[in-house]
Amino acid sequence: MRELPIWGLMAEFTSAADLAIATRRAREAGYRRMDAYSPFGIEAVTEELGFHRTKVPLVCLIGGIFGGLAGFFLQYWIHVLNYPQNIGGRPLNSWVAFIVVTFECTILGASVSALLGMLALNGLPQPYHPVFNVPRFAFASKDRFFLAIQAEDPKFDIHDTFRFLEGLGARDVQEIPN
Amino acid sequence: MAEHEEHIDEMSSHLAPAGPAILAPGHTFATITDKISAVVLSRDTPAAWLLATGGFGLLMMWLLFATAYQLARGIGIWGVNIPVAWGFAIVNFVWWIGIGHAGTLISAILLLLKQKWRNSINRFAEAMTLFAVMCAGYYPVMHLGRPWLAYWLFPYPNTMGVWPQFRSALVWDVFAVSTYFTVSLIFWYQGLIPDLATLRDRSQSKAGRIIYGILAMGWRGSARHWKRYDSSYRLLAGLATPLVVSVHTVVSFDFAIAVVPGWHTSIFPPYFVAGAIYSGFAMVLVLAIPIRRIYGLDDFITTKHLDNCAKLMLATGEIVAYGYIIESFMAWYSGNLYERYMILDRMGGKYSIFYICLISINVFFVQVLWIRRIRRSPALLFLVSVIVLAAMWLERFVIVVQSLHADFLPSSWAMYYPTFWDITQFLGTIGLFAFGMLMFIRFLPMISIFEIRELLPEAHVSLQEVD
Repeated sequence: MRELPIWGLMAEFTSAADLAIATRRAREAGYRRMDAYSPFGIEAVTEELGFHRTKVPLVCLIGGIFGGLAGFFLQYWIHVLNYPQNIGGRPLNSWVAFIVVTFECTILGASVSALLGMLALNGLPQPYHPVFNVPRFAFASKDRFFLAIQAEDPKFDIHDTFRFLEGLGARDVQEIPN
Repeated sequence: MAEHEEHIDEMSSHLAPAGPAILAPGHTFATITDKISAVVLSRDTPAAWLLATGGFGLLMMWLLFATAYQLARGIGIWGVNIPVAWGFAIVNFVWWIGIGHAGTLISAILLLLKQKWRNSINRFAEAMTLFAVMCAGYYPVMHLGRPWLAYWLFPYPNTMGVWPQFRSALVWDVFAVSTYFTVSLIFWYQGLIPDLATLRDRSQSKAGRIIYGILAMGWRGSARHWKRYDSSYRLLAGLATPLVVSVHTVVSFDFAIAVVPGWHTSIFPPYFVAGAIYSGFAMVLVLAIPIRRIYGLDDFITTKHLDNCAKLMLATGEIVAYGYIIESFMAWYSGNLYERYMILDRMGGKYSIFYICLISINVFFVQVLWIRRIRRSPALLFLVSVIVLAAMWLERFVIVVQSLHADFLPSSWAMYYPTFWDITQFLGTIGLFAFGMLMFIRFLPMISIFEIRELLPEAHVSLQEVD
């Protein structure tokens, strides 16, 4: 990949509605390599970015199934295979008594994988990201809304894209240094 | 580009139809962020905080000392013996773990039920859960007698070639409580990530930027990240919901699985869960009322929140009252000699004063919450909550001690008296709990900033395409 002089351009908006409209306009203009940043989740913006499905529920489901199976077979292996104890002829695989621990392990597996899955799919923890090079970006965690178009987008042209973003009613457009 | 017409309908403030709002008017994203993060980032510490931290810190130090003394001397320093082998340790364990339940109920169940008022109190209620579970976990571990071998409770391959007995309710407890703590921690931490990013960006000190920066893990509020975040947050809420119900159910199994009269009843699981939430909401109010006063957070924790918490306390209190009635009814209806003796002894025996106190508070006194004026008066509500917490502690005392002190064999009956160490260790765990909460309030945002932002009408955007 060739080294680009800048990472992209970033437009700052003052309201969530402006960001949603700007994201739609940018998508309609053909930009694809872009992302929006906001102090809270805005469903309309995510939809406009064309990001409709996440794999987090699947990861969580797999984690839960794995946890549940591991929990049950841990008990089965201990009480039936590895260390069977005949107590008054009661069944070794007393699965009813195993339900609680199986349930707890299911919840544990699913919860841990929901968190780790979310972080992994988001690429977090991430110590460095170019967007933080823009000083105004600190307001993305307060009350400002940002739309960044990456320089590697095929339609990206520093002058055209700059004017395009300005035309969206941005308060300010800045370059994102690499 | 403008072939499409956009309609932006910002949802009007239908959040607050009548009565006090869940967020005071006049706030913007910026004022919310500044006001909540100022508590953490400010260099000025309120005198009340310093005083409380000093006092509760001393109590916590006492707990450390008492623990050290106990490790040296063994559990003989407690008043437990045969037949009452459970004593204060298990009373306090059940009491503390019950308190944690309201935190999970607020953060998970009310999230799924779209109760927006929860957004202002979920964060510190979750922290309350974590510290309460820590205090709870302390007791069974110390009660083991050889607490340094507590890891034997977990199934790990060992040279002894033995395993925990998974058919025992006590092993279920280990799994239930440790899972509960882990999942509560995960839920709380995930909720903190965007707010930690806010603190990272607001902090004036280098150390603050580094510490909050590491904890925020590079969160940048990307729309894609928010989508996955939201998905994971809701999944965790969905997982925590059955979990919270299961934890006190499993705790009640510690009793209900046994044959002791007064313990061996099927009403225990729902009755314990309701009692847990009931006492938990009392603790939420005991914490919220002084906090909003000292930090001037009445804008975020309004009388509406107090009112709602009080209503939930009242509702779960009624379930608890139903539990008491069924408990007595079943003792009579079963025709079981021992059960009947147990309930008569509970009502008129040597420990009856505690039973009378708890019934008069949990069944009768708590009905004052039907009065709106009391639900909306912080001072009165605080008082009611403290009394409820004490009554719920008495309930656990009666269940544990009174049931054990006179079981099947009259020759083994004996009274239980707590010792100096029993009482002061309990005060020590209150110190640990309060100290933990105070540290949390000082160093982390006690109200979820991003979720309060979502309460503003301008946070809700929907674009509709018209062709």
